[in-house]
Amino acid sequence: MPWFKRVEKGIHTPTEEKKETPDGLWYKCPDCKTVTSMVEHRKNLSTCVKCNYHDRIGSREYFAILFDDNQFTELDADLVSGDPLNFTDTKPYPQRIAATQKATGLKDAVRSAYGTMNGQPITISCMDFSFIGGSMGSVVGEKIARAIDHARETRTPFLMISKSGGARMMEAGFSLMQMAKTAARLALLAEDKLPYISLLTDPTTGGVTASYAMLGDFNIAEPGALIGFAGPRVIKETIGKDLPKGFQSAEFVLEHGFLDFIVDRKELKQQLSDLLAMLRPESDGKDNLKSKNGKAAKVS
Amino acid sequence: MLLDFEQPIAALEGKLQDMKQLATDSQVDVSEAVKALEEKIKNLKKETYANLTRWQRVQLSRHPERPYTLDYIHGITDKFIELHGDRTVGDDNAMVGGFGEVDGRSIMFIGQQKGRNTKQRQMRNFGMANPEGYRKALRLMKMAEKFNKPIVTLIDTPGAFPGLEAEERGQGEAIARNLKEMFMLKVPVICIIIGEGASGGALGIAIGDRVMMLENTWYSVISPESCSSILWRSWNYKEQAAEALKLTARDMLQQQLIDGIIKEPLGGAHTEPEKMMHSLKKKIIKLLDELESVDARERIMQRIDKFSNMGVVLES
Ligand SMILES: [Zn+2]
Repeated sequence: MPWFKRVEKGIHTPTEEKKETPDGLWYKCPDCKTVTSMVEHRKNLSTCVKCNYHDRIGSREYFAILFDDNQFTELDADLVSGDPLNFTDTKPYPQRIAATQKATGLKDAVRSAYGTMNGQPITISCMDFSFIGGSMGSVVGEKIARAIDHARETRTPFLMISKSGGARMMEAGFSLMQMAKTAARLALLAEDKLPYISLLTDPTTGGVTASYAMLGDFNIAEPGALIGFAGPRVIKETIGKDLPKGFQSAEFVLEHGFLDFIVDRKELKQQLSDLLAMLRPESDGKDNLKSKNGKAAKVS
Repeated sequence: MLLDFEQPIAALEGKLQDMKQLATDSQVDVSEAVKALEEKIKNLKKETYANLTRWQRVQLSRHPERPYTLDYIHGITDKFIELHGDRTVGDDNAMVGGFGEVDGRSIMFIGQQKGRNTKQRQMRNFGMANPEGYRKALRLMKMAEKFNKPIVTLIDTPGAFPGLEAEERGQGEAIARNLKEMFMLKVPVICIIIGEGASGGALGIAIGDRVMMLENTWYSVISPESCSSILWRSWNYKEQAAEALKLTARDMLQQQLIDGIIKEPLGGAHTEPEKMMHSLKKKIIKLLDELESVDARERIMQRIDKFSNMGVVLES
């Protein structure tokens, strides 16, 4: 079964969710300090109208940007974290989870969904930094693994949007093994020859960088995103020097050969659609070139 | 060098030496007293090592006299040929590897290497590999696969190196690629934590059909010290952090995140290294016999399934 479905071309502007209430009326860009109305900022997909600074957004916004008419079916929405280690630091882990769930309205640091993007079916997992720094615990690993399974079962491309500080320490060894679990599923996805696009957004560090985020057929990033394995503070302590300007920015990572391209959020949907369109399998009955070559090889 | 909890034992052992010396010098029969003291030492050791706190285990895993990767490789193999370089950037001295022969069987050995004195420690970068180290490891694994030889990795690292050049050369990508590729290796892979198993830097060579830990080692997502500094915002909570992380071999087995524990001599691997080498060798041979009886594809799927089952989630 081909994973590519040919569709009519059309630009869809994402629709705002109606229940959404803006936190304030004005947005001030942390980079160039330009002030715009929140309505205009949102309309610009939370990028600065003046300097194009890409403000951090979450799964709700990315789904609205990418899925046609903001229509999608969420996968494993009810998966929540256990507390296998009875972990307590300055407060017990279950309390931390409950408080974060209440504050964010999210169940954990990743959401998965499927739907269409410019008419093309796609499965997407997207991380939420607002949930304990987008840290990767069992729920994150399991939801991503299941989303990849969904992509394999439905033969749809898989898009992973990463935004994470790395491991969830409160799940210790379990957290570490999520790197392995997700990598294993991506190995199977690759065997099935289904496209995997990894979008790295600000910030993507630690165990997330060292597993699924860097394993895309295409590793792409938003402008200015911080991307690295070790955090800047740790590196600074190690080398005992200030870090060069722009170190670990998306542009730096592109320059060093670990990204395919950087994409403006406003062009993300179209760029992804165009890229996936170029990967579509050749139509049936046109691959007789291969058999001809096979015969020729036998004759000689 | 002696750790705190090693001192009372060492004191008694010193006393035993004195007693034996006295006996030789004075021709007095002290055999009864010697026997009693030996018994006392044995009991103290048993008690001490059965009741170590998690932090004490961490200390033992870092004992400066503990055997390191190359010690084990030379101790286990009849012949060993070390292979160098990642064929792209350089040779990482913090990651070693090569073919070794064990009872007529060729095995690819790979592992992080620590140094024993200041000069060596610097040369080995304290066992913290750069991306070239992980890429060298993968090159050697692929070569083992090509010649249908099993792979044994020995893990002993405080983490992947968090340096400027490591970032430029893609530390994250190097580790990530190893994880994915190791799942698909057609040959048996055995991974053994012999000292410290810190985070992604350890996992980068620890995807295997059997993941084992020596008794006095630790394996987790972060070191107790770093965990303390992040969650408690102070370096002083490393004991609590070690307890909270549940990072010992016994913990990890209980959490079903490893496949087994290899016992160490009483007092730790460094007290009787030859005995340790012997039991490690026996274990490797036994595991390889088990794994080689399984079809390659089946082995890969079992490897994937095992890691896929790791984690605790609730369906609310
Ligand atoms: Zn701006």
